[in-house]
Amino acid sequence: MAKVIVVTSGKGGVGKTTSSAAIGTGLALRGHKTVIIDFDIGLRNLDLIMGCERRVVYDFVNVIKGESNLKQSLIKDKRVDTLFVLPASQTRDKDALSKEGVAKVLEDLAEEGFEFIICDSPAGIETGAIMALYFADEAIVTTNPEVSSVRDSDRILGMLASKSKRAEQGLEPVKEHLLLTRYNPERVKRGDMLSVEDVQDILAIPILGVIPESPAVLKASNSGEPVIYDSESDAGQAYADAVSRLIGEEMPLRFLEEEKKGLFSRLFGG
Amino acid sequence: MSQPAIEFKGTNFTLSVIHLQNNDLDALNEKLMEKVAAAPSFFNCAPMVVNISKIETELDFDKLKQIIEDQDFVMVGVTGCRDKAQKISARAAGIAVMTSGADSKRAIEPQVKAPKAETRIEETKLVSPKRLATKVVHGQVRSGQQVYAKDTDLVVIGSVSNGAEVIADGDIHIYGTLRGRAIAGAQGEANSKIYCQQLQAELVSIAGNYMVDDQLKSMATGSQSISLEQDQLQFKALTITL
Repeated sequence: MAKVIVVTSGKGGVGKTTSSAAIGTGLALRGHKTVIIDFDIGLRNLDLIMGCERRVVYDFVNVIKGESNLKQSLIKDKRVDTLFVLPASQTRDKDALSKEGVAKVLEDLAEEGFEFIICDSPAGIETGAIMALYFADEAIVTTNPEVSSVRDSDRILGMLASKSKRAEQGLEPVKEHLLLTRYNPERVKRGDMLSVEDVQDILAIPILGVIPESPAVLKASNSGEPVIYDSESDAGQAYADAVSRLIGEEMPLRFLEEEKKGLFSRLFGG
Repeated sequence: MSQPAIEFKGTNFTLSVIHLQNNDLDALNEKLMEKVAAAPSFFNCAPMVVNISKIETELDFDKLKQIIEDQDFVMVGVTGCRDKAQKISARAAGIAVMTSGADSKRAIEPQVKAPKAETRIEETKLVSPKRLATKVVHGQVRSGQQVYAKDTDLVVIGSVSNGAEVIADGDIHIYGTLRGRAIAGAQGEANSKIYCQQLQAELVSIAGNYMVDDQLKSMATGSQSISLEQDQLQFKALTITL
């Protein structure tokens, strides 16, 4: 059975696409056949982060409209052969998505033997975001440790509990995960940023991972290589941990404390 | 024991009553037309009772019924019959003769015990109002969500987020943190109360008397019971003192 996982947040710019790319890649690296779908029609970004923007011929909307078939539109990742990307259309808008159309594409993907279908949601709470979360079995709610992001995530959690297919049909509710991104322990300590505990207290859902604020993320985005490949970086390791937790492994949370600076880095400003 | 096929039970209904001032049924017809034109959907098929206590002369019950039904009302019956003759002609026109609670006290043929019995029923009505089951919400009430416990109390086993709203016509109990808005006594019940484990609300209101975040912070935090005394919200810490 294919598992449909939506990466959502409400607020924009919190790291949904970065997280979709990293987690999707992480699942594929462990041998799971995975596809990442860009639901952000009109503001397509996922292909850039995945480094496949030059290979986009047909897109998600083409498939829904029957202008291309699924095989033509899926872009196979060059690094992992169990990973595929279904890019968004840059020239359409979000009204091009219909529930029937999306349902059909998801069904076909499941038939193709995909184990994980990652839906990279657009920001907001309108059609595009609802489409991305509607068919979800699980949701990764991406949140920055600041009040407006937490408030918007809370709103999205409310929508998952009322507007998703599982909610409408009275099935088992969507399994919710909290992914805290851009976490900076130093600023938390200074009181400029909400702590993991603060956010969990408000949102009251289990935590999937805490991704530290890291220059590696920007570097990865610009080079089109998901940050999870950067296994030296703290962000890359934190995403790898999150993937482990997503497939049911127990992992302690890391990177919650300020890194103790050693004598050398203090001397040479590391 | 087999169930009886039918059961007779007394139930109270609220019905609209037309009070006839005189015998002029054409005037009645005009007035009704005006009313219906003003709010067509409101009156559509509304059950109607006609009070004829002011009519001393003979009344054309057939015509009365026709007028009422022409305006899409449903004629339930007449009330306030002055004498037997009126009752007989009403029944002959196929109209039920009804006695209202108030009428029967000064019934034309009073039975000695009747008024007393009537009073007692009214008293019991007051003592035991119909109680609806408390509305219970398990889990968080999230930003953008609204929960309304109509005619009853509300219990939230979880927290109420910023930007969420919980409303009850009765009391509100929150077994978590209240960060959003809580509105108790929404229909004006001044005895309503709000209880919460952690008060960090955006707004609390009892029977329309409200207080917002800034004032609240200076008033109280922690677990609180909030009530209304002389139109002022009163805060009491929810601690048990021995």
